[in-house]
Amino acid sequence: MSRRRQNMVGLYTIVHKELTRVLRIWIQTLVPPAITMSLYFVIFGQLIGRRVGEMGGLDFMAWIAPGLIIMAVIQNSYGNVVSSFFGAKFGRHIEEMMVSPLPTSMILAGYVIGGMGRGLLVGLLVALIASLFVPLQVANPLVMAAVVLLTSATFSLAGLINAVFAKKFDDISIIPTFILTPLTYLGGVFYTVELLPGPWRELSLFNPILYMVNLFRYSIFGVSDVRLDIAFVIILAMLIVLYILAFYLLKRGIGLRA
Amino acid sequence: MKALSIRQLSKRYPNGVEALKGIDLDVEEGDFFALLGPNGAGKTTAIGILTSLVNKTGGQIEVFGHNMDRELEAAKACIGVVPQEVNFNQFEKVCDIVVNQAGYYGISRRQALPRAERYLKQLDLWEKRDSPSRNLSGGMKRRLMIARALVHEPRLLILDEPTAGVDIEIRRSMWEFLREINAQGTTIILTTHYLEEAENLCRNIAIIDHGQIIEKASTRRLLDKLSTETFILNLQTALREVPEVDGYQLNMVDETCIEVEIHRDRSINALFQQLSDAGIQVASMRNKVNRLEELFVRMVHGGRNDRAGGES
Repeated sequence: MSRRRQNMVGLYTIVHKELTRVLRIWIQTLVPPAITMSLYFVIFGQLIGRRVGEMGGLDFMAWIAPGLIIMAVIQNSYGNVVSSFFGAKFGRHIEEMMVSPLPTSMILAGYVIGGMGRGLLVGLLVALIASLFVPLQVANPLVMAAVVLLTSATFSLAGLINAVFAKKFDDISIIPTFILTPLTYLGGVFYTVELLPGPWRELSLFNPILYMVNLFRYSIFGVSDVRLDIAFVIILAMLIVLYILAFYLLKRGIGLRA
Repeated sequence: MKALSIRQLSKRYPNGVEALKGIDLDVEEGDFFALLGPNGAGKTTAIGILTSLVNKTGGQIEVFGHNMDRELEAAKACIGVVPQEVNFNQFEKVCDIVVNQAGYYGISRRQALPRAERYLKQLDLWEKRDSPSRNLSGGMKRRLMIARALVHEPRLLILDEPTAGVDIEIRRSMWEFLREINAQGTTIILTTHYLEEAENLCRNIAIIDHGQIIEKASTRRLLDKLSTETFILNLQTALREVPEVDGYQLNMVDETCIEVEIHRDRSINALFQQLSDAGIQVASMRNKVNRLEELFVRMVHGGRNDRAGGES
């Protein structure tokens, strides 16, 4: 069997293992985001949203739906890889892969695809819940596919980097709590950046999540606060930088090898 | 062909500890080889480097001719490893652990399943195949790690204290299994604290201490280096005092048990003859300590005393 085919078997093994894990512990991986997002839709969308009226030319419920879907994708892609990879490191079963001839790129790809799988699964679940509250359409399926895939891959890589540096379980919740959640909330999920005063609006443009939320909103309703080409360039750049960093860390065995 | 060739392998940890000080080691294909040494001698570091879990500081390693710097994947494909500590996912099922490991080596699930069945059956784990691995006993966990290490059918199997904490019955069945694997052509490198294990299983031995190989020879040649051996003789009748025997120094352990140190140049038959003439019947005899253990202690402690003398 050729080396390439062997590597594909190895990649499939990691992806299969990761997705099996997501489905095996569905009560931890799929149910909580579904409940949280349902609450967002009920409280912010139905109750508060009625008083808010329109946002950026859309009904408030319609405005927040794409943001909440992409937020679920971000949090779950990140959360899956950071917990799974750190768990493997902590329990030392990451060594099963490290002693094998599987190249670094395949190990990295396996975890990233696993994270993307959970991100997309939860995103789909949240989209189904959202469709109960607001009629969703797909204005641009290609943009939708691209932004969801790029976003989930980017945050899967970020989760892996977090896991590489984490030394204890507390370390895997620091980034999501203090960086990821604030950036998501400030990334135009609940409001249009046009509402912000000058300096805050300028500052928001440094938040990469703003571009992901807006691209996804564009793919559904055809409206965006930001230029699409710039948004894609920023997401792609982030993806490439994180990939190079994650690959370097794994290749050197930082946080893994003595 | 050499299964393993190590040249000037060194490892210095960031805290300054020099775990390996440029060791050279060759293991021939088909050998059953023991790497012995006290705690902290460098055994696990050496195995960590061989299995890519520890970065080396310097030196070269070849596994069946594959240089680990230039042909890492080919070298890794030849190796199966059973680590000292349990390192599988405790939430995974027994069979999944073995099949997934095969997958990392490029063996498809279809091919891996019959292999997993074969090794799990050979290691008496087949009944547990659908159990979460955390439910296994200590001995079963060790056997699972052996099955996992063998599923890709490595040419070189490295075992880091595989029988530590395992009861004697299971230990002996594991020895039997390892002998069979070795007889089928797999080269085996073993580290162990049970020197009886090394003496029983291994044809060649290296002793490592303070990051250096202090002895490397066949088990037989190494044991020949013992100048004296101490035996315990169990007697059929009780004695009141130590009998006088020409040329032998006897010590009384208790009234039915005596201890005798015999130089390797002297015959043990003469001792029995003299005891028999004195009306003393020997019921049974055994070595006071395992022979390799005695040699190991002498070498390691001898080396330390020499070093201490040199440093003072």
